[in-house]
Amino acid sequence: MELILDILTGICFFIASLSIIIGACGLIKLPDVFSRIHAAGMIDTAGSAFFILGMVFQTGWSLITVKLILIGVFIFFTSPVTSHVTANLARQKNILPVGKKIGKIL
Amino acid sequence: MKSLILFMILLTLWLLMSGYYNNLLISLGIISCAFCVYVAKRGKIIDDEGLPIFFMPRLLNYLMWLFKEILMSNLATAKVIINGKVEPETFTVKASQVTDVAKVTYANSITLTPGTVTTKMQKNIFEVHALNSDFGNDVRTNEMDKKVTWLEGKK
Repeated sequence: MELILDILTGICFFIASLSIIIGACGLIKLPDVFSRIHAAGMIDTAGSAFFILGMVFQTGWSLITVKLILIGVFIFFTSPVTSHVTANLARQKNILPVGKKIGKIL
Repeated sequence: MKSLILFMILLTLWLLMSGYYNNLLISLGIISCAFCVYVAKRGKIIDDEGLPIFFMPRLLNYLMWLFKEILMSNLATAKVIINGKVEPETFTVKASQVTDVAKVTYANSITLTPGTVTTKMQKNIFEVHALNSDFGNDVRTNEMDKKVTWLEGKK
């Protein structure tokens, strides 16, 4: 049983590390600030979620599990706000995104 | 009624976070939760916006759907970053929700799925930036908008 949980943790950590590395590559590679936010969002959602899931497999049923899930919930609620603030500040400074614009934008 | 619900939520959070169950710490928890509820009531922030309990009956269903969407769009974003085929596009969508808190939920859901970010909002029009046209079409089909309106349950 413990072996299975260890393997599951390993898989989760592998997926999380992979998505954080891809997200970091995207942060460097993508063309402008708005596109880079997408890469950062990938780190925020997939990276943190799979790391927490992997740790939950190790702790089993205890108060620490609840605390880990609460960390996940708080990241889940705050990360889109920071993404939106970054994007909105860039728009307020009149930085227009590259690429095509469909219809009239605000 | 709403103050009581807020008090119960805060007390549950205290009990889960502290992990010590002796008389002193539990009574300290009750006192501090009651003080927080008193401050919130004095500041008049216990309303539908501060404590959106009308979401609760349908929240779990919506979260399951949102997690699935986040997973799918994470895969698609990873593919785009590796391929390097980026064709960003900016467009506006209309939100059909009534309350402010549901609009924020919709905007946050758009931002939370990688590949789409809400960059600006005016009343009920959101400006959305998408990584390529596939992500853009996902938002333009208004599927998420309908789901959030259903979650809100006011129509």
